[in-house]
Amino acid sequence: MDFPGLFNYWIVIALMMIGFYIVISQGNLVKKIFGLNIFQVSVFVFYISMGKVEGGTAPILAPGFATYTNPIPSVLILTAIVVGVATMAVGLALVVRIRDAFGSIEDDEIAKLEGDVT
Amino acid sequence: MINISLLMIMVATALGLVWLRNLLAVVMFSGIFSLTAASLWVVLGAVDVAFTEASVGAGIATVLGLASLALTRTEHEKRTRVFHLPALIVVLVTGAALIYGTLDMPGWGDPDAPIHTHVAPRYIEDSLAETGVPNIVTSVLASYRGFDTLGETTVIFTAGVGVLVLLGRGRRYPVANPRVAAGGGPGRAPAAPGSEGAAVPGDSGEMRFKAILRVGGKLLIPPILLFAFYTQAHGELGPGGGFQAGVIFASAFILYALLFGVPMARAVAPASVLRGTLALGVLIYAGVGIAGVLLGGNYLDYSVLAHDPVHGQELGIILIELGVGITVASAMMTVFFVFAGQDPQQVD
Amino acid sequence: MISVHQPILQIVLPLMAAPICVILRNAFAGWLLALLVTGGAFVASLILLVHVVNEGPVSYAIGGWPPPWGIEYRVDGLSAFVLVTVAAIGFLSMIFARRSVEAEVAADRGYLFYTMYLLCFTGLMGIPVTGDAFNLFVFLEISSLSSYVLISLGTDRRALTAAFRYLIMGTLGATFYVLGIGLLYMVTGTLNIADLAARVPEMTHIRTVQMALAFLTVGLGLKLALFPLHLWLPNAYAFAPTVVTVFLAATATKVAVYALIRIAYTMFGGPTMFAVMPIDEVLVGFGLLSMIVGALAAVWQTNVKRLLAFSSISQIGYMVLGLGLADVTGLAGAVVHIFNHAMIKAILFMAVGCIIFRIGSADLRDIRGFAKPMPITAACVVVGGLSLVGAPLTLGFITKWLLLQGALDRNWWWVAVVIVAASLLALVYVWRLIAAAYLHPPSERVAAVREAPAPMLLALVALTVATVVIAIDGSLIGDFAVVTAKQLLGSGE
Repeated sequence: MDFPGLFNYWIVIALMMIGFYIVISQGNLVKKIFGLNIFQVSVFVFYISMGKVEGGTAPILAPGFATYTNPIPSVLILTAIVVGVATMAVGLALVVRIRDAFGSIEDDEIAKLEGDVT
Repeated sequence: MINISLLMIMVATALGLVWLRNLLAVVMFSGIFSLTAASLWVVLGAVDVAFTEASVGAGIATVLGLASLALTRTEHEKRTRVFHLPALIVVLVTGAALIYGTLDMPGWGDPDAPIHTHVAPRYIEDSLAETGVPNIVTSVLASYRGFDTLGETTVIFTAGVGVLVLLGRGRRYPVANPRVAAGGGPGRAPAAPGSEGAAVPGDSGEMRFKAILRVGGKLLIPPILLFAFYTQAHGELGPGGGFQAGVIFASAFILYALLFGVPMARAVAPASVLRGTLALGVLIYAGVGIAGVLLGGNYLDYSVLAHDPVHGQELGIILIELGVGITVASAMMTVFFVFAGQDPQQVD
Repeated sequence: MISVHQPILQIVLPLMAAPICVILRNAFAGWLLALLVTGGAFVASLILLVHVVNEGPVSYAIGGWPPPWGIEYRVDGLSAFVLVTVAAIGFLSMIFARRSVEAEVAADRGYLFYTMYLLCFTGLMGIPVTGDAFNLFVFLEISSLSSYVLISLGTDRRALTAAFRYLIMGTLGATFYVLGIGLLYMVTGTLNIADLAARVPEMTHIRTVQMALAFLTVGLGLKLALFPLHLWLPNAYAFAPTVVTVFLAATATKVAVYALIRIAYTMFGGPTMFAVMPIDEVLVGFGLLSMIVGALAAVWQTNVKRLLAFSSISQIGYMVLGLGLADVTGLAGAVVHIFNHAMIKAILFMAVGCIIFRIGSADLRDIRGFAKPMPITAACVVVGGLSLVGAPLTLGFITKWLLLQGALDRNWWWVAVVIVAASLLALVYVWRLIAAAYLHPPSERVAAVREAPAPMLLALVALTVATVVIAIDGSLIGDFAVVTAKQLLGSGE
């Protein structure tokens, strides 16, 4: 009974970790940003999953329905999605500026141009 | 199980992203990932979130990604480090910790889980009587947790202003002198000749001559705008609200700009007006809160806005949703115009 | 007598000032607005601190919804203390800012600079007072997003990459935080910190709760730049506009330390949790590593801004160490160091700002002999530097004293040895700074400069005098920290 439930969460965790891996392993700045997107969306999937109620319907009150999906994860994730896209916009704008200033959007090439690796 | 199949599609898409070298494909795959997540959320009963993710994750993020690729003039990354041992170890340890954490979790969809028995029941049972709004997500978002949403609107405002700061004056920066640590003068390039918005992509490619697209676009834009207003007004009853409406409203302008060129779209929505509305939305939202204080309630208490508390709540929610919609639409348009207004030819 | 609405108004008024600043479209008006608003917030936060110390915690239900259904603002001694710290530095940075911003930020970007500054200020002010774990994330992101933009405004092109790396690391940190809150929410059903505090300490055996703490710690560890999660910090501080460095170095990481204390002690019950999951010992370990690694790196720097940035990593180590010691004196040391380090780093970075403003460089070789033309700035560097080392009769000494006591109370003499060693390393890098000021004859370029402009000096001297005055009667702040630490430890039974 418990196993299939947890199995779903494990797939979501695998998704998060793929996104996380892209962010920390890839050298291309655009790819990093989109890896971050995968990571964040997977965390959102995790939140929405816990709001699920067996047999529940969308949380819009209507006569004839008694069981609703939990609305709180939806509310939190609406906020988090907005924060995510805001970060992405600023991140991509930075990438454009970095390309102008360094002529590259590859991490290792930029580090070379910066002349010092911390 | 539809859940499992959607999750599997997402796993495949995400894994594909690790291997892909073509950045255009990376952006597209990320869009597919978001769209699949949105479908999953519809199945899970989170329609508002699905709506938002579809318009933001699959829509705005993709447009921004494509624009950045055009501006950085890169199609491929240099080389892909598919296998990166330290990163792999970090990820495996983190993943293992999370899986360890799941072992004591309530099962998937268990109605007796703590999150369904504490705090949430009040929203489900009393929110209609307390706020007069049937969409619980809207009432929690706009009223019970309205302060988070004010913060969220502020974040979008921050992003809009942030992109203006970073790219708002067109391209500059001939290679700066790295020896200058700080101190103004040296290393700073003069502003590009045409500042804000003057730089225009030479033409929007072949699209300019595609009359069918233009006519089709012209036919589409009014219904999109109408739908935006519907979404704005309908947020209390069904899925939707200021955020989604703002994104849809902005997308009509983005479509217009793609078909007729950025200058035409900018003529309809000039930068100075957008800057004003960007700020206005936040001020409306925060101002409604102040009005609550002046009328004797707590900050963001809408009940005092009208004689009848429920009417006050309804009024307050409509007003703040309006503020959200205005700021979101202005921010999205500002960000798009600034990205699209850059001159890709100007660099080296 | 304070207005009941004061906790919320001192966050919302700076928030509203940001969009007004965009509408004004004028750098001077933006600066004036920022000065007034931060000044007002500073006075308000002082009044609030006095009120809270005398009459106990204040709770404010936003939207009129009682917690845990609505979002609560909850101000106790610790939050008011951090609030005053942020507001004070925010205000003094604005007194300092105008000329420095004119010199470093393009004129047509000036008003946007102040908009971003106000947003960052709002975000950092919102974190200490919120009583809601998710609301904390929202304000953390307001401050982070505006910090990335502010850092990117630096004149060197490396400011851009520094901002980008900070964006990636910061967003990873925030996502870890959200994940941790999600795990906690899943087993408790609430986001209100007081409500969580009532439930979580009884659930310490649940593996989900243990992992929640782990993820929250790593997430905030990234934000507060704890070794080895510190890589974003040195360049971010070195290449940001000086005013931004002053404000962020003094407040941003401190607010993250506050959040970690709030979570580990108030939410998880501190020692109750540590008995099941020894995260306190992990924090002690990484705190010590931070102290040593940061100080060692600082010793080798030639750019003063970078030197001070590495010193920050070392100093953050002290706070995390105190947090991990988990006894009254250790925790009091951490609390007191939030304030001390904010003051000290603000002094030193402001002094560097004056030097850059006049000499145009922050390289130790270029600024030799600056004490001659800029005696007041140099004197402030000496006071700040001695305090950083922890010399007797300075603010830093109070911290070191409490931490040493805390370490010895737990019979960890080797921790005490590392504290002393790190202080000696601090003496080395501070000495390089002082030697550059006094022991070299000024070059022609340096000899020709004048002392920094009056407003910059005013802010710098005011801070320096304040640290000296507070340090003279160190027991005032020390006793406050001990009382706060007792409350924090008491809340977990």
